[in-house]
Amino acid sequence: MPEQTLSVRFFARLREELSTDHLIMPAPAGQTAADLLAALASRGGPWAQLNASQAVMIAINQAMAKPQSPVEPGDEVAFFPPVTGG
Amino acid sequence: MPQKSSACSQAVPSVSIQNADFDAALEYAQLRDSGAGTGAIATFTGLVRDSGDRQGVIGLFLEHYPGMTEQVISDLIARAGQRWDVRKARVIHRIGHLPLQSQIVFVGVCSAHRGDAFAACEFIMDALKASAPFWKKELTNAGEHWVEQKASDVVRSEDW
Repeated sequence: MPEQTLSVRFFARLREELSTDHLIMPAPAGQTAADLLAALASRGGPWAQLNASQAVMIAINQAMAKPQSPVEPGDEVAFFPPVTGG
Repeated sequence: MPQKSSACSQAVPSVSIQNADFDAALEYAQLRDSGAGTGAIATFTGLVRDSGDRQGVIGLFLEHYPGMTEQVISDLIARAGQRWDVRKARVIHRIGHLPLQSQIVFVGVCSAHRGDAFAACEFIMDALKASAPFWKKELTNAGEHWVEQKASDVVRSEDW
């Protein structure tokens, strides 16, 4: 059985500082958005800013979400800085 | 209860995210074409100005989250329609490179009365700034930097 995964997207300053706009991550059972952030932060370097950062907004399947929101296999999870449109 | 939706059959979509500039006069004309029950139209247009987080801004670069942006703004228009009499609403937001004095965003609302039109227009604009996934980068002769979200913008949105 293939490993269950989800996709992660980054925007704006995060996209630039991580030099990544999109990656695939494992999607273990019971994972939350905060768990996913911690896994990414453990990569170190610029990724460390994802750990416990108050300035990261979270969307799951293109709807705003919270750190405690569950993430499921197949989800599109996005992390981005506070928005500044208008 | 008047049937609000009857005036809302529109050939144009209510939300557009685009690189291209827009014609505010054309948008106004389309808002005006919303039936004899329309008694008020409120519009807002945002422009690129020469100072933001820093002085000497010569342009902006705007990025967004395709798909989510349109959904968030459509939801804001729907929420406005639940609180006020909104006969028709239109939001255009530009993305990409925008030189000084460019139009960035247009919000237009038509209603039976001015109070509803003003309120719905301001609500949509304030909530868009706080919740729609757009990010601005300011371009200056000295370099470029991402704009920081303003606490005052978040408060304005929460006040609704």
